[in-house]
Amino acid sequence: MAKLRVVHYINQFFAQIGGEEKADYPAELRVGEVVGPGMALMQKFGDEAEIVATVVCGDSYFNENLDKATADILEMVKSQKPDVFVAGPAFNAGRYGVACGTIAAAVQEQLGIPSVTGMYVENPGADMFKTKVYIVSTRNSAAGMRDAVAKLAPLALKLGKGEPIGASVEEGYIPNGVRVNFFEKERGSARAVKMLIKKLAGKPFETEFPMPVFDRVAPNPAVKDMAHAKIALVTSGGIVPKGNPDHIESSSASHYGEYDIAGVMDLTAETYETAHGGYDPVYANADADRVLPVDVLRDMEKEGKIGELHHLYYATVGNGTAVASAKKFAAEFAQKLKADGVDAVILTST
Amino acid sequence: MKLEIGNIFIKDIQFAAEAKLADGVLYVDKAALEKIVLEDETIKSVTFDIAKPGESVRITPVKDVIEPRVKVEGPGGIFPGIIAKVDTVGSGKTHVLKGMAVVTAGKIVGFQEGVIDMSGPGAKYTPFSETLNLVMVCEPVEGLKQHDYEKAVRLAGFRVAVALGELGRNVAPDETKVYETCGIKEGIEKYPDLPRVAYVQMLQSQGLLHDTYVYGVDAKKTLSTILWPTETMDGAIVSGNCVSACDKNPTYVHENNPVVEDLFAQHGKTLNFVCQIITNENVYLADKQRSSDWTAKMCRLLDLDGVIVSQEGFGNPDTDLIMNCKKIEAQGVKTVIITDEYAGRDGKSQSLADADAAADAVVTGGNANEVIVLPKMDKVIGTLDYVNKIAGASEETLQPDGSLVVELQVITGATNETGFIKLSAR
Repeated sequence: MAKLRVVHYINQFFAQIGGEEKADYPAELRVGEVVGPGMALMQKFGDEAEIVATVVCGDSYFNENLDKATADILEMVKSQKPDVFVAGPAFNAGRYGVACGTIAAAVQEQLGIPSVTGMYVENPGADMFKTKVYIVSTRNSAAGMRDAVAKLAPLALKLGKGEPIGASVEEGYIPNGVRVNFFEKERGSARAVKMLIKKLAGKPFETEFPMPVFDRVAPNPAVKDMAHAKIALVTSGGIVPKGNPDHIESSSASHYGEYDIAGVMDLTAETYETAHGGYDPVYANADADRVLPVDVLRDMEKEGKIGELHHLYYATVGNGTAVASAKKFAAEFAQKLKADGVDAVILTST
Repeated sequence: MKLEIGNIFIKDIQFAAEAKLADGVLYVDKAALEKIVLEDETIKSVTFDIAKPGESVRITPVKDVIEPRVKVEGPGGIFPGIIAKVDTVGSGKTHVLKGMAVVTAGKIVGFQEGVIDMSGPGAKYTPFSETLNLVMVCEPVEGLKQHDYEKAVRLAGFRVAVALGELGRNVAPDETKVYETCGIKEGIEKYPDLPRVAYVQMLQSQGLLHDTYVYGVDAKKTLSTILWPTETMDGAIVSGNCVSACDKNPTYVHENNPVVEDLFAQHGKTLNFVCQIITNENVYLADKQRSSDWTAKMCRLLDLDGVIVSQEGFGNPDTDLIMNCKKIEAQGVKTVIITDEYAGRDGKSQSLADADAAADAVVTGGNANEVIVLPKMDKVIGTLDYVNKIAGASEETLQPDGSLVVELQVITGATNETGFIKLSAR
């Protein structure tokens, strides 16, 4: 098999052109040259890949001429037809980190060439780009070059070959918000006991799942005039017309259904059922009003307690369904509800 | 409280005219077991089959997995309050048929049963690909409601496991392990310098086929309470639920609770294992508040330094998990929680339904939404009729070539939240 083609990006400092005084050095393509950290990378690549060109650019030049520098470098990279693009590592150098992140993300997004960079977790470039490209976690200075290259080179090879990328702890990249499964050496209970012993002793420990920041939704003000309000029903309890015509999954739903209940006064065992796989379906199947209270709302409609019940209802299965999917469904049908002049929605769960 | 566990290593299971356990081979009398199962009039028929590690066999829909045990010394019997009388268990001596399991199967809900592959890529995700499995597929009588069917199969599984365990009563164990914890005062005197640690086990009790039983009592009708950690080894807690297969605790997991096991391994060395606290996961807010308040109260009353909290199920119970964690931490007791994740098939979604900054020490059993392809197996024990409907499957699950495209969610024990497995995620 032919060696993978790699283009490597470094700044003026690692190209040994100079320090801060040379930071305005414009972007330059050096075809066939392996420069600075590229040597260490080449060693790790062995027979599997080679650096076919190195792009050198001053940190100030890049950041002060962001658009032009990015466009110029993209052209340079494109001309070399690499299988994978490597930037840095930038360690804790802020402007270098931002440059590496920017160019690596641009190469990946605009040229479709897999890219990887490396930097210290507190480098501002890390937070800016960790969800866009793989960023190998390095120490905070070039003293950590060996360690950085030891992670960067194998990850670059995997990306270049299009192999599946493992979890952040296995590959050594900064967690990018994508949860990836892998097998630990010890079972979970043993890891929990070890973690607790460390926590009790006041020693540092690493959680396997950092708590997310939650999206809290403030409720709207109460509806003042219910007697004239148009009310809609929405459920994550999986109530669907008998036979589940849209094949909504029993768990981890990929879509929702929109169903017309014009003229429907009562949901019966013959007409409706639940698609939800998270609870005993017997009671919902016997009388789906228990989850989607159409019968009660029809009574209230008759009694004049509400203006009307909207003729469409929306249903999905909440069981194991990703929050991102639920958000997407709701964003879509909320627009439809608004367009239909619905004043309030009763959301039922199970 | 001291319990001696005598493990009898089972090397093979064979059907035979006479039931016995000799030289590590379990001889099973099908007719005798059938009689035991059919004692329940709501079960129409039962078929037995044997699945061995490495075979091209798929078992589905799996309900429960049970390890046969027998009490040879000390009060009570296995599965107290259910099969045996209600005497407190957890002391004396218990023999275990190690390396095998009774697997109950049948179309109960049609939604929340699991898959066990004995070989192939799916096998490494289920701990029960490594046990010799005696599978019993139970068919109900006509018109039996799901919850009655669940109960019938649950109890039939225990009756069979106890009958098999009985065969090990007079067999000399291959390995003996001793588990012992002490009373409060005794523990403080014996281990004055060790941190006092307990295990908080959350039991699935959402109801509607999501139930767990403790000494025969439905856990949703219980208040948080305390056990000697050895009680669970004698079957004090059993599964009665049909939650997603990946993160429910089959009875086997209760009998072999890994947190109990791993805390015992450190007991008297780095920590003092005080007790096991059990609490439920009810759906009403008042129940959630009461149960988590009581759990935190007990942690304080017992003067604990730390606890490990394990969850069962996902979504709604995430709120119980976070309530427990927050309230226990607020009592000055340090926590580590074990959970799993539903981060979407792409791993990009929010993993839990609730979160709090107090939960700073989390062990995860992995993302249950991750998709896996399970190639066709030569033999199916049970049926594939419902495989497109079980939680974690879709309309496209069953492929024309017989393989299954599913989320890990369908695999029994794949993301277990007592830390029974090695799968994790980052």
